[in-house]
Amino acid sequence: MNIEWLGRQFDNIVFLLGWHVLLAVIPLVLGLLIALPLGWWAHRSRRIYPLLVGIAGLLYTVPSLALFVLLPLVLGTKILDPLNIVAALTIYTVALLVRVVADALESVPEDTVQAAKAMGYRSYQSLLKVELPVGVPVISAGLRVAAVSNVSLVSVAALLGIPQLGSLFTQGFQLRFFTPIIAGILLCVILAMILDGLIILLNRWLTPWTPKVVAS
Amino acid sequence: MNYLFDPRHWTGADSIPTLIGEHLLYSLIALAIAAVIAVPLGIYIGVTGKGVFLIAGLANALRALPSVGLLILLVLLISPAFPSKMGYILPSLIVLVLLAVPPILTNTYAGVRAVDAAAVDAARGMGFRTMKILTDVQLPCSLPLVLSGVRSALLQIISTATIAAYISLGGLGRLLIDGKAQNDYSQMVAGAVLVALLALFFDQLLAFITRRVVSPGLTRRTIKSASAAEAVKTPVTV
Amino acid sequence: MIKFENVTKAYPDGTVAVDGLNLEAPTGKLTILVGPSGCGKTTSLRMINRLIEPTSGTIYLDDQPTSGMDAALLRRRIGYVIQHAGLFPHRTIVDNVATMPVLLGESRQKARSKALELIERVGLPASFAKRYPWQLSGGQQQRVGVARALASDPAFMLMDEPFSAVDPVVRGQLQDEFLRLQREIGKTIIMVTHDIDEALKLGDQVAVMRVGGKLAQMASPSELLTSPADEFVADFVGRDRGYRSLGFTKTAGAVAIGEEAVVQLGASAEEARAKATGAWVLVVDGGRKPLGWAQPEQIAGGELKREHLNLSGIAAAASGTMRQLLDAALSSPSRRGVVVNEEGKLIGTVTATDVVKAIEAEPHLETAR
Repeated sequence: MNIEWLGRQFDNIVFLLGWHVLLAVIPLVLGLLIALPLGWWAHRSRRIYPLLVGIAGLLYTVPSLALFVLLPLVLGTKILDPLNIVAALTIYTVALLVRVVADALESVPEDTVQAAKAMGYRSYQSLLKVELPVGVPVISAGLRVAAVSNVSLVSVAALLGIPQLGSLFTQGFQLRFFTPIIAGILLCVILAMILDGLIILLNRWLTPWTPKVVAS
Repeated sequence: MNYLFDPRHWTGADSIPTLIGEHLLYSLIALAIAAVIAVPLGIYIGVTGKGVFLIAGLANALRALPSVGLLILLVLLISPAFPSKMGYILPSLIVLVLLAVPPILTNTYAGVRAVDAAAVDAARGMGFRTMKILTDVQLPCSLPLVLSGVRSALLQIISTATIAAYISLGGLGRLLIDGKAQNDYSQMVAGAVLVALLALFFDQLLAFITRRVVSPGLTRRTIKSASAAEAVKTPVTV
Repeated sequence: MIKFENVTKAYPDGTVAVDGLNLEAPTGKLTILVGPSGCGKTTSLRMINRLIEPTSGTIYLDDQPTSGMDAALLRRRIGYVIQHAGLFPHRTIVDNVATMPVLLGESRQKARSKALELIERVGLPASFAKRYPWQLSGGQQQRVGVARALASDPAFMLMDEPFSAVDPVVRGQLQDEFLRLQREIGKTIIMVTHDIDEALKLGDQVAVMRVGGKLAQMASPSELLTSPADEFVADFVGRDRGYRSLGFTKTAGAVAIGEEAVVQLGASAEEARAKATGAWVLVVDGGRKPLGWAQPEQIAGGELKREHLNLSGIAAAASGTMRQLLDAALSSPSRRGVVVNEEGKLIGTVTATDVVKAIEAEPHLETAR
């Protein structure tokens, strides 16, 4: 492990880290925003649920590298375009979260929903003020999985030449040099853990009613 | 799309059928090894309750590791010691197995735990010996979740094997990596389409096998726990 | 018979679940262990088939100590029914019931045909054989559980709260049918329940246990009601003891049954008034089976119709218990209880006074069990 080299490359590493964060987090947010209404739709309509979940499952099955390569055909982007990666990861995030959101809404106790209705909440009010909040823990759990996966998936884009932490791996491979590889792995893991932790905190902030249980 | 339809690419040493074959070979070997490790371990932890920390800790930890980084790290470490193809086959297999074990392990464990405790008690009370309870009751009843784990794992493996082409492993990833190197988009598309089809095919195959092998007595029971299984499904991180 | 000789179960942390239990469950009879939570009844039951091992003491199965036996082989001789049936979800009903015979070495075909018979015996249609447990209700699953336990025709049966996981209506039906079944098969059965009424209803012998795993009293149901050993038993058996013990005293013809004039549906108002005693007349069908009581004044011109019937009265069998006769009298709008024979045909009526007179006159009437 060559610390000196790291020192010299510091600016570059920060640049790559920045790109990595962007490429991982933007799809996460976009994905969530798209998955929420879709998941709600799947929850409301018993017919749509198998359709949406089925399509989501199929999309999720497509290996990442393949999706990165095929999307330009559909979207008209270039392979080297970071937008391509964002689109692909958004698709994965949506595919993962649609079912999670639908199941989260499903898991809200029927009694709670009925009580809200009886008190006079309209559909969307009930959704925003009652059902979604109750479903937050389940959605957070899914979001954590998506976040951690995305961090790992972004690094795959290095094989296509897109700059992010994965570039450290390819660089290390070409130079037969361990330092960037280990640095890259560590940074990826740390980034994943930070995102994971942030979502846990967000979850706790959004659900002040849950007892403070020590997480196992 | 021309690459796919060029007959030259369908014969010979580097032909498409060869690549498909290689990809499948590595994938299935890795799956078999992962299953041999993870299924008995999952059963053991599920039945005895020892080592539960492995289940929670392992799944989350391994998901965070970037597979590209792991592959490259291992290949650099191992290939000096192994001349010839083993230099990249071995690290690839190691990473493939490493990434496939968590979904199979967590799902096998969940499957064993999900077996109706009353059924197990009744079996003991009827005079079933421990081994027979395992084979006649616990394993058949945990099958849906175990197969779900295998399905997740295979997906993970096929995907990672594609990437392993970067470190010289054969398989369909070759088309993607070589295509990039040669700036031959058509070749890349061919590889992408084929590997996507391969993944979809095996995913559906396992879904079909699950439907056939799992007792219909469990199917309704498992509608709820299948959602749990899908949630437990460790997503493909590559 | 099943015998407990000074059996104790103590756990390493000091809790004593069963404390020096001495008990004998007679052959061919249903013995019930009953008591509050923590009295050790389930622990005692599970020590018989060694799902729990006693700390000290011996349990005998027909004079053979169970400790020396191979536990698995021991269990194959004993039918085991538990609270939530514990059916194998991955097997069909018929295969579930056939589990024991197959385990004991019978051919699958023979085992299955035996299983089919048993399925019908416990009151389920043969079409259920190919179904899976998830398709059955809780009560139906419980019946399958009993059938499964009977499949190997064991001499002994252990039942752990077999009827408590179902709703009260279903529970009553299951209990009645189980009584009928036991009368046919006469196995040596030990059952555990927390419901004293169920214990009194079903048991030939009832063992009341107290918290700490000690036996408080072992006696027949009527003896428990009439002579509880101490305050704990008296409290546990509960209130209305006098009334409930009437449920165990047979009438044996001690009550005078009076004649009763009857009319049928379609009778005119005058006919009804003529046959009535007081304000009410008893209405029967063509086969002399009672339908209900009617008030002639209410028959507004024309004939006696179904709407005129008051259905609150219950008919008691002449061979029934004092409690049933008394209830018949008290529930009837005319205060005359309808008494019928085994075929349900009218014999006559009794008044509450008649029944009470008979109870007071003969304090030692033959008990039902």
